[in-house]
Amino acid sequence: MSLIEITEVRKSYGENEVLKGINLDVEPGEVIAIIGKSGSGKSTLLRCINGLETISKGSISVAGAQLHDDEVHLKALRLKVGMIFQQFNLFPHLTVGGNVMLSQMVVKKTAKPEAEKMARRMLERVGLKQKFDAYPDELSGGQQQRVAIARALAMQPMALLCDEITSALDPELVAEVLAVVRELAAEGMTLLMVTHEMKFARDVCSRVVFMHQGRVHEIGRPGEVFANPQTPELKQFLGLH
Amino acid sequence: MIEFTIWDILRNLLLATRWTIVLSAVSFVGGGIVGLGLLFLRISKRKWSRSLAKYYIELFQGTPLLMQLFIAFFGLGLFGIDVPAWLAAGLALILWSAAFLGEIWRGCVEAIAKGQWEASASLGMGRLQQMRYVILPQAMKIAVPPTVGFSVQVIKGTALTSIIGFVELSKAGTVVTNATFQPFTVYGLVALIYFALCCPLSKSSQILERKLNVAHRNH
Repeated sequence: MSLIEITEVRKSYGENEVLKGINLDVEPGEVIAIIGKSGSGKSTLLRCINGLETISKGSISVAGAQLHDDEVHLKALRLKVGMIFQQFNLFPHLTVGGNVMLSQMVVKKTAKPEAEKMARRMLERVGLKQKFDAYPDELSGGQQQRVAIARALAMQPMALLCDEITSALDPELVAEVLAVVRELAAEGMTLLMVTHEMKFARDVCSRVVFMHQGRVHEIGRPGEVFANPQTPELKQFLGLH
Repeated sequence: MIEFTIWDILRNLLLATRWTIVLSAVSFVGGGIVGLGLLFLRISKRKWSRSLAKYYIELFQGTPLLMQLFIAFFGLGLFGIDVPAWLAAGLALILWSAAFLGEIWRGCVEAIAKGQWEASASLGMGRLQQMRYVILPQAMKIAVPPTVGFSVQVIKGTALTSIIGFVELSKAGTVVTNATFQPFTVYGLVALIYFALCCPLSKSSQILERKLNVAHRNH
């Protein structure tokens, strides 16, 4: 059974249908890059997977947890998939350690000492254990994004959704975040990432999904997709003519 | 004719000031509790509860406080319920403050970036947990100045209750004037006492604002 099963998912905003029947199964340990123009529905798809957007039709399940629009089901689903955002979205009123500990204590009811131990371990994993007591606004964008990754990892999700996580970063900070993601991939974490980092997608991902006008337009191994695009849309997107 | 010294006047005014303070405190605290309830209704996912809070707020913001006091005092009397002035005053001021505080706080909650809701939701937090641990701590910081500013409005609002016969500072001013025939002195003192009550609040708002900024960082 696949870890993430997306079946015939449709999503409309009023008259405007942004997802027109998406099918995608993700196996455990797969690293999937979703590429495409803005407006192709790739971010929307990602946000649907953990219920930040409701879907109009179809079904999504993660490790057996079905997506339903009530708090109990959403919580069960969100314990299985973590999400990392373009704008980091750290909690500015809490320290870095507090950010990583909060949801463990509130959602999983982990005792404070354990939560702290876990937080320190996760921060070490992203190379920021010395920043435990700093506040988010004292960190660079790249560091903030790594804290966000640690915060998601501390909930021990089975998969991570990354929504353009390097797009808000200065070019010299992109590498440090991608290095962390690359490591996660090597450790076998299932990753679904919307990205514009084509080189990264080519090097690290097991499959690439090209979305166009709300549909999965092309899908395959990065070698095939990048070297031998089948459709004119993908050729154009990759700048090949 | 009896001569009144300034001290006689001031002493009587200060005795009545106690009731202004008590009424203000009751209205503010009571209004805060009801206002918090309104806030949760107002930002609820359920449409009926949002509408309910919205109409409540529109009703109480869209009618003069004086009318609300009259209705609480005389209106209930029509149904044979004998409402003492202090009860009508307290009730009307609580409901009135709640409408304003609820709306002020809604603005503060909505000022928090959407990403904070999304990040906390994606970590599995329920709506109440999001409010308690993520949204309110940030919203409270920006809520301090308008909330304390509004508490000054409440203090001044209590002056209206003199009309339904509740003896607080303004009513005492009228009574003392009728006895002394020194309206300028008496109302001058009344104004000074109101100022002495309100000014520290405005000042403390500024101090609190600075303090909270240090504790919660500048975001």
